[in-house]
Amino acid sequence: MSVESDVATPQMGAEIMSLSPIVSIQGVHKSFDDNPVLRGIDLDIVRGEVVCVVGRSGSGKSTLLRCINALETVDEGRIIVDGETMGYEERRGKLHELSARRIAKQRLGIGMVFQQFNLFHHMDVLHNIIAGPTRLLRQTKGEAAAHARELLDMVGLADKATAYPSRLSGGQQQRVAIARALAMSPKVMLFDEPTSALDPELVGEVLAVMRDLATSGMTMIVVTHEMKFALEVADRVAFMDRGTIAELGPAEEVITSSTSEAAQLFFARVR
Amino acid sequence: MTEHMAPVVGEQESVDPPNQKIVRKKHWGRHVSAVATAIILGGILFSLFTNPNLEWDIVLRYIWDPRILNGVGVTLILSGVSMVIGVVGAVILAIMRISDNRLLRVVSSLYIWFFRGTPLLVQIIFWGFLGALYPVISLGIIGTDITIFSVPTNVLIGPFVAALLALSLNEAAYSSEVVRSGLLSVDVGQREAASSLGMSPMMTMRLIVLPQAIRIILPPMGNQTITMLKMTSLVSVIAGTDLLTNIQSIYSQTFEIMPLLVVASLWYLLLTSLLSIGQHFIERKYGQGVRVSVS
Repeated sequence: MSVESDVATPQMGAEIMSLSPIVSIQGVHKSFDDNPVLRGIDLDIVRGEVVCVVGRSGSGKSTLLRCINALETVDEGRIIVDGETMGYEERRGKLHELSARRIAKQRLGIGMVFQQFNLFHHMDVLHNIIAGPTRLLRQTKGEAAAHARELLDMVGLADKATAYPSRLSGGQQQRVAIARALAMSPKVMLFDEPTSALDPELVGEVLAVMRDLATSGMTMIVVTHEMKFALEVADRVAFMDRGTIAELGPAEEVITSSTSEAAQLFFARVR
Repeated sequence: MTEHMAPVVGEQESVDPPNQKIVRKKHWGRHVSAVATAIILGGILFSLFTNPNLEWDIVLRYIWDPRILNGVGVTLILSGVSMVIGVVGAVILAIMRISDNRLLRVVSSLYIWFFRGTPLLVQIIFWGFLGALYPVISLGIIGTDITIFSVPTNVLIGPFVAALLALSLNEAAYSSEVVRSGLLSVDVGQREAASSLGMSPMMTMRLIVLPQAIRIILPPMGNQTITMLKMTSLVSVIAGTDLLTNIQSIYSQTFEIMPLLVVASLWYLLLTSLLSIGQHFIERKYGQGVRVSVS
């Protein structure tokens, strides 16, 4: 029960000040061995906002996203999601690293969609979706399955509940992966280049689902190379360059009229 | 090509190309080698079945002998229990081996190094004669006189327990490498996806990694089980009461060595055949979801 109150308190506080950020990235640094990948990232994202993170490969986009749900640990700075400092706990002015179990609990409210889909190969579509809710949210199999069928309907795969992932196209797998993440009723959805591994003709169906999701008011952070999607759907675009956020602002502004040379060069190439 | 060929073939046999009959090449070599093999095999079988020294009537007399059935039972229990303990140990050793904790990794490696590096026969004899090394086994608190229990080694570890210890500890070392290769075969993305849903490492291992690793682990593990069944025969050196030991004790009195070895072989063959069939069905069960992508 103590877990429930832990989660409830910051949430209620956030609802009073609805514009306070649901994700707050503060001075984040991260290196792999001696190679700095993130060099001081600050970014606040409010409830219902869609932020697209763009930039050249190797600029740190995916690493930043993976730090948000603590798949990577930050070396410096902190990331607060819905009132929880990811991966750490503040006690007497110090940040103490959390156990793997506690970090797993923190991830419950954060959905993630991967470039390589990562559906569980040994489960059919329905079981991929209900594995989390039945094991982690204590839903009954019936409740979880009913919700799963609604979600499958939403992503246009109502007829694929009993199919194994290996029988599905990449686009279908990715839509199942989105449904799987949504089944946990997350407060934030992270997308790590969700269409980069897809055949070009399958990109549209995944982007359409994501567009619907954005319209429904989901808070989304999307690492992507799809500039058209960013222009149409994103509230803000963050352009990353060598481990920093070089440009940040309304999509139109960043994509069409960036001031920095790196950004201009990048957007000229991808458009 | 067709333009050149057309005038030559065209006039005499004006058969539509799609309706032409195909004549397969004759593989004479295959027929000859098949016949030769059949003759040799038939000859060996004939000589075996007609060799009076094999004494098939004795084979038939002993095959349902209660002493032998007893031995079959002990062999089955011994290999079954050793396999279960061995596999549990193997999973623990494999998880230790890939853990982030260096001490666990080192301990696991040392264990595998030791138990794979010494002959099983030596290990069996070692456990059988443990009493020579530790005459009494007792549990107490170091530095005090408090003793929780104390038992003579030979009472606690008879031939059966010694055999069980030797076989299962050895099996754990060998199978842990099989399990480890299975664990490593599961893509990191599977673990990350489970983590991102909020699963703890333990739950991820149990629900996501192990079930997928089993598909890779099963075929070599079937091999291990069959090997185990036959390795139980080594415990005859410490007077275990398994199939081979009982067979030996019979023929040491009756000198019907060959027919009794045939009895033993027939039983081992029957048991390993049953295991192979079981393995086939288990593999089919765990192949779900992946079979399609393979084909």
